[in-house]
Amino acid sequence: MSDHEYTPSSKFGKWFNDRLPLLSLASHLTDYPTPKNLNYWWTFGGILTFCLITQIVTGLTLAMHYIAHADMAFESVEHIMRDVNYGWLIRYIHANGASMFFLAVYIHIFRSLFYGSYKSPREIIWIIGIIIYLLMMAAAFMGYVLPWGQMSFWGATVITNLFSAIPLVGEGIVTWLWGGYSVDNPTLTRFFTLHYLIPFLILGLVVLHIWALHVPGNNNPVGIDVKKPSKDTVPFHPYIVIKDTFALLMFMIVFAFFVFYTPNILGHADNYIEANPLVTPAHIVPEWYLLPFYAILRSVPDKLLGVIAMLSAILILAALPWLDTSKIRSAVFRPLYKQFYWILVADVLILGYVGAMPAEGLYLLVARVATAYYFLHFLVILPVLGLKEKTLPIPLSITEPILGGTANLATARNKESSIK
Amino acid sequence: MKNFLRILSLVIVFLAAPLNSYAAEKVEYLKTDWSFKGLFGKFDRGALQRGYQVYTEVCASCHSMKYLSYRNLAEKGGPEFTEQQAKAIAASFDVSDGPNADGEMFTRPGKLSDKFVMPYENVKAAQAANGGAYPPDMSVLVKARGGGVDYIYSLLQGYEDPPVGINLEEGVHYNKYMYGNKIKMSNPLSDGLIEYSDGTSATVEQMSKDVTTFLMWTAEPHLETRHQMGFKAIVYLIILTILVYFSMKRIWSRVETKV
Repeated sequence: MSDHEYTPSSKFGKWFNDRLPLLSLASHLTDYPTPKNLNYWWTFGGILTFCLITQIVTGLTLAMHYIAHADMAFESVEHIMRDVNYGWLIRYIHANGASMFFLAVYIHIFRSLFYGSYKSPREIIWIIGIIIYLLMMAAAFMGYVLPWGQMSFWGATVITNLFSAIPLVGEGIVTWLWGGYSVDNPTLTRFFTLHYLIPFLILGLVVLHIWALHVPGNNNPVGIDVKKPSKDTVPFHPYIVIKDTFALLMFMIVFAFFVFYTPNILGHADNYIEANPLVTPAHIVPEWYLLPFYAILRSVPDKLLGVIAMLSAILILAALPWLDTSKIRSAVFRPLYKQFYWILVADVLILGYVGAMPAEGLYLLVARVATAYYFLHFLVILPVLGLKEKTLPIPLSITEPILGGTANLATARNKESSIK
Repeated sequence: MKNFLRILSLVIVFLAAPLNSYAAEKVEYLKTDWSFKGLFGKFDRGALQRGYQVYTEVCASCHSMKYLSYRNLAEKGGPEFTEQQAKAIAASFDVSDGPNADGEMFTRPGKLSDKFVMPYENVKAAQAANGGAYPPDMSVLVKARGGGVDYIYSLLQGYEDPPVGINLEEGVHYNKYMYGNKIKMSNPLSDGLIEYSDGTSATVEQMSKDVTTFLMWTAEPHLETRHQMGFKAIVYLIILTILVYFSMKRIWSRVETKV
């Protein structure tokens, strides 16, 4: 935000801006030079901001009617669905909003993986993003507990029980988390408190995420550094604003379809049965967005190692900028990486699929192979690939591939070899 | 753009596969045409009123409906009994109220604002009267079962003699569609069991369909509003998207990049 001089035209504006440079900030945000070749995979940052705000606004409204008590939570949710004006709408937006949020965040993460957005100089943006993702999972998990249905209760029991795998202090930690000797009212009230807190932590981290982004500027599909501002960039407003709006509207159509026509398809039927500590559901499954990690957890026979594997599967992402040794960012110029990228996508989808299935027979075998491959991708394939891969020549500027110019191919090749 | 949509739709299709697997049981349910499915789906008023009759004359002796009030029966989007009818229905139930000025509990006729009267005092009493099995509350029953309306509709018609080799304990019945095929509820419906006030012939199939429709409404009382609002919202979004698309094209025409 320093490379930018802005002087308000009015006298008051100048007076105010000298004391609190909000106008400078606004000017920075509108003029922010953005690579002009960003494709639609780059619109999910804006979509995610929309998702976060939607969740906060609907969540606040729900919290006005929801009662965080083991005896009344389920009933208060039915009260919202039946008697609160448009309560059903607010709740369905909030419940499906969580799924939409994760859908968008997965696209956002996989976009970053494809175009190498996590690489230098954007490591901090990436790591903040991973922390946001972890907090999202915590918020979503605790939010799912609040309606106090069967899947809420048993999901909470299974997940909190994971901590008992910690040697020596495990059992004590679980009791401490529960606030008792089983998931009960104290667990519900603290989950509600944390579920209310976390979105605001996420909001703060999103500000840092965007701030850190605005230092080096956006990566782009070609993955090369662009001079800013230049022929290769456009100001954020109106170009990116209108494009993000268009993409957001398309996203909202999908969102609306879920909310209005299949509002319960992403949830589990058992969660419309009030929590009953004496009856265990036939299959305890988490929400779809946690299934890949659930599959990793269950594919390891030992409980403690399973928990470690599951956590590592997420935390390994934070080390990604250093595990990927390739200097070339975009997979467009990395023919081998591109193939491994799509294998990874398939691997994660397979993990998600087997995560929804009972952990037995063929499903368990597939889960184990897919888990092993997941780690192999990050720990072996990526480091080796970066050193061995023969990459394609990268262009000198964004304008070149867009205009289809090949005149500078020789220079581009030179540049590529100098990078390597 | 094209590429983007292609990949996105592929991923969504792939994601949809495990989601469907949530409906765990793979039994083929009986099918019927539900009027409330689809973009403009609405309840069949007649079916809802008949369904209420089946519920109240058959199911309600064991199954509670604790999230509904008698006023709901007269509300828009439901069975839409007239307010007079709903009042009469409410008044036909005895509601325990109190304490009065003397500190005594008393019984009075039901009012529109009362919740549906429970068949049993508490869960224990319900279990004691039903061989240890608790007849589930029916308010959200349709949403609480994997197969939804098709499951309930099939279950009501799924009573059969047990296949050879299956021994049932006392008070357990065989049902083709029940999870594990064993159900404590005896076959609740038989042809001509009740007499519909609108003269419809009360076959098991008819009663199953009517009461299931009624249960869909009790689980989703705002379904009609949801469908109507959803259609408007999506049409609005599509029009807005088209307008924004053209303004985007216009704005981006100033640079030589395609969007």
